[in-house]
Amino acid sequence: MADIRFTTDHEYVRVDGETGIVGVTDYAQSQLGDIVFIELPEIGKRIAKGEQLATVESVKAASELFSPVSGEVVEVNAILEDNPAKVNEDPLGAGWFVKLRLVDESELSGLMDEAAYEAHVRSL
Amino acid sequence: MLDHTKAAMAETRATFTGDHALEMEEPLLFEIGQAEKSGVDIEEPEAFQSCLGGLERSDPIGLPGLSEPETLRHYVRLSRKNYSIDAGLYPLGSCTMKHNPRLNEKMARLPGFADIHPLQPQSTVQGALEVMEQLSHWLLTLTNMEAVALSPKAGAHGEICGLMAIKSAIAARGESATRKIVLVPQSAHGTNPASAALLGFEVRAVSAGVDGIVHAEDVASVLGPDIAAIMLTNPNTAGLFERDIAKIAELVREAGGYFYCDGANFNAIAGVARPGDFGVDAMHINLHKTFSTPHGGGGPGAGPVVLSARLAPFAPAPALVKTADGLRLKEDIEGTTSLGRITAFHGQMGMFVRALAYMLSHGADGLAQASQDAVLAANYVRVKLRDMMTAPYGDRNCMHEVLFDDAWLAGSGVTTLDFAKAMIDEGYHPMTIYFPLVAHGAMLIEPTESESKASLDKFVATLRRLGELALSGDAELFHGAPRYAPRRRLDETLAARKPVLRWSRDVA
Amino acid sequence: MRYHPLTESDRAAMRAAAGVADIAELFADAPGGPLSEFDLPRGKSELEVERHLARLAAKNISAGEVPFFVGAGAYKHHVPASVDHLIQRSEFLTSYTPYQPEISQGTLQYLFEFQTQVAALTGMEVANASMYDGSTGCAEAMLMAHRITKRRKALLSGGLHPHYAEVARTVARLAEDEVISSPPDVFASEDLVGRIDDGISCVIVQTPDFFGNPRDLRSIAEACHRHGALLIAVFTEAVSLGLLTSPGAMGADIVVGEGQSIGNALSFGGPYVGLFATRKEFLRQMPGRLCGVTVDSEGRRGFVLTLSAREQHIRRDKATSNICTNSGLCALAFSIHMTLLGEAGLRRLARVNHANAVALRDMLKDIPEAQPLNKTFFNEFTVRVKGDAAELAETLARRGILAGVPVSRLAPRAGLDDLLLIANTEINTHEDRAALAAELKGVL
Repeated sequence: MADIRFTTDHEYVRVDGETGIVGVTDYAQSQLGDIVFIELPEIGKRIAKGEQLATVESVKAASELFSPVSGEVVEVNAILEDNPAKVNEDPLGAGWFVKLRLVDESELSGLMDEAAYEAHVRSL
Repeated sequence: MLDHTKAAMAETRATFTGDHALEMEEPLLFEIGQAEKSGVDIEEPEAFQSCLGGLERSDPIGLPGLSEPETLRHYVRLSRKNYSIDAGLYPLGSCTMKHNPRLNEKMARLPGFADIHPLQPQSTVQGALEVMEQLSHWLLTLTNMEAVALSPKAGAHGEICGLMAIKSAIAARGESATRKIVLVPQSAHGTNPASAALLGFEVRAVSAGVDGIVHAEDVASVLGPDIAAIMLTNPNTAGLFERDIAKIAELVREAGGYFYCDGANFNAIAGVARPGDFGVDAMHINLHKTFSTPHGGGGPGAGPVVLSARLAPFAPAPALVKTADGLRLKEDIEGTTSLGRITAFHGQMGMFVRALAYMLSHGADGLAQASQDAVLAANYVRVKLRDMMTAPYGDRNCMHEVLFDDAWLAGSGVTTLDFAKAMIDEGYHPMTIYFPLVAHGAMLIEPTESESKASLDKFVATLRRLGELALSGDAELFHGAPRYAPRRRLDETLAARKPVLRWSRDVA
Repeated sequence: MRYHPLTESDRAAMRAAAGVADIAELFADAPGGPLSEFDLPRGKSELEVERHLARLAAKNISAGEVPFFVGAGAYKHHVPASVDHLIQRSEFLTSYTPYQPEISQGTLQYLFEFQTQVAALTGMEVANASMYDGSTGCAEAMLMAHRITKRRKALLSGGLHPHYAEVARTVARLAEDEVISSPPDVFASEDLVGRIDDGISCVIVQTPDFFGNPRDLRSIAEACHRHGALLIAVFTEAVSLGLLTSPGAMGADIVVGEGQSIGNALSFGGPYVGLFATRKEFLRQMPGRLCGVTVDSEGRRGFVLTLSAREQHIRRDKATSNICTNSGLCALAFSIHMTLLGEAGLRRLARVNHANAVALRDMLKDIPEAQPLNKTFFNEFTVRVKGDAAELAETLARRGILAGVPVSRLAPRAGLDDLLLIANTEINTHEDRAALAAELKGVL
């Protein structure tokens, strides 16, 4: 059963067993504008929570995505290489960034659930 | 007011060629040229034994040619799709689009300057070295500094050259391991943090106060033995003079650091105030801004760096020295503390001649007048617009440029970008937009000293009228702009998502 | 002052509007002294300035006045009159970087054409909109190779222009990277392949090299790629690419060079134009501006600056380079001259250059005291003279011939004091060559 958690920086991690699928939220994609390029990490890379996971470029900006959890990169979303617009179209689905093998489940408890995140977005 | 209806638009676009009277479409060179065609007559050499060691090229290169009349037409038509300072007011803040005197072009093209080689014997280029010496004298006098390095090719190149001198000085003091941080305000040009990072410095932001300037006490609170330098633009990119600058310089110096001044806005104070008097250690001077060597659609520029006494020993090669045999470029740095060579030759000679011609034409009196007129013009625009537009730091006297934000457009549905594009239809190049980043939806206006009062009056009247339209709810006018430029809004997202950076048959 | 439109009454009216009684109020925050402190003359008329500068210009010997054989990284070529006319069009000369694309399509289209020409000439997939010059482009290429390979040690060929090598060393030293230099390689006999290992980020090789030898880069490229390093090919004479196999075809990963030869004057060393090309896979690590194709809101083709998120004005301290202003107008001059030449014209021009150099080499063969050392060359070669080449160049200059560049001027203390680089382009006539040969014979 998948469980989705959010950060205050508008990233999500969708937990499926030992795997966490990381991406950005709908609010994030709307703020970033049309995404033109995404630099993803190499498979096998170990990333600590808070470390840079990806870089997202729009026409006039480049933003860094910091990992919401620690883990090892097991898969990156190859579709984004040719079609970064997927993030704008379907950020929580086909527009995911990276799959991580999670190493510390306790990190998840520090993140928000869907209701808390929605409240967070409303407060902005 | 103009008719913006669709019907009116359709009428203006109703030609079957796509051309509109004086404004013609122009295909790419690759669509009209032919590989066997040439606009240069070169006679084939007589048969000879080639000495290329078997490395002759056999493949087609892909370089179409045009005859001379076709070449003229191609580029003349292209040129007509550009805005230019010769054609109209070009209020790009921080870029300094002022008049480019044609005398300067004529002088740079004298064969004695344009047709001399950087490596011919120095005895045969004494006049060129004198130009460099005279230019140096003007720059050092106007800045009250110790030494000048002429070789940097542009402002950003000057910045890195100045930081290299700072890094060399720190190394000479044996403090390389500890002095790693360069303080840069958020309002700085992007070149500042980029130059510092390139040399391995850690860039740390220093924030300005609510009055838009950096305060001495805020700098003092972050100074320590780890600070290599502070980089400040003065006047800053909000068009304000950094009032605490002398105090900041003193504090940084006391803490063992260096003060790099970004001289991009030196045109506001040239002939009026001297950076050496407020404690600058290094400052580049964009000859293409302050001394009006033309911008040329993005270069070439020139970025000489003036240095304080404590950085002068580290200046890059070559140094210009006086000897019994006349002027000499000292190119061999063996046994000196010079930071080394930063470009193949001695700098942008063509720009040196133009800048010197500009200085000689103005004189000390004319340069001061230019700075004063530029500052007066910016303040005139400011007071004429201040009741309509909003300024991030309140209504205060500015230097050569005036910064507005987009707070006044809130709720209108018109963004800074929309406003800028509507200016295009009214015959103006927009001001600098979205820079500096510290102002939301920034609009940075630099009118320069080259505009007449009538020109400034027309400009502010146009901006006021556009502002009224924006605030009156006519957002559609803005969203559809520009309508009368050679192109309407271009899809930058498409360009970045599917980059096509060279011609191929698919480009058609 | 003739450049200032404001009259005293305009100024008074504007001061009144701005609420300042004295202009000095607007400079109140600036520490400064009265004008008299500036030890500088007052303004001059156009006639006076022209007289002043013409006097200085007249003290120099220009290339067009004398038999001229000076090269070593900058070359005298004939530039068609229409090039200089076109680049002085107001719309090219007095416009800014094309940040508002709708009213900058002229600049953007020529940059796109320039990028295509450079890519074609170098045999690469993409080129940028220019660098300051070849030497700074070379250092930028080195930094780019560091970013791509995540290694920080460059290997420089001994055939690389000594000033290019110095620039690379300056940048590397101050960026805390490593550079392995090589001794001057007069005969193109160095073994670079044997020195490439898994720690090297890039090998930087010039062709034709500083001493005039065209280099076959294929085995070096192969060795680089075997070790995960990049091959950076450098050229200082762009005309050579009309005749020689392109660096791209020989496996180079980045090609940088000086574009001055085409369209641009000697100008005592600047402004010049750096050409920079690479493979598409390295696009996002490139320095400098890039112009790309797009469409406008009516679907018409147009051009914009693109991939700007690499650049300093967006990425700031994480940018691929600090470059902002480049060499736009010099790139335009290059592009116009290249358009006038066309492929056929460029090839012919290159053949004439090579033929003239061969003719001079043949002439010098009979002078034992001035022996050409190169077996292969394009339009420049190295000559071993009797005695000191720098003194010889001075002596010949006094006798009205600019004979070449003494190697010792660029590579002092290398034991190469008797070497002179002699360049020959289409501007050199048979009479020029005969005069040089006669003088060499007479002086030596």
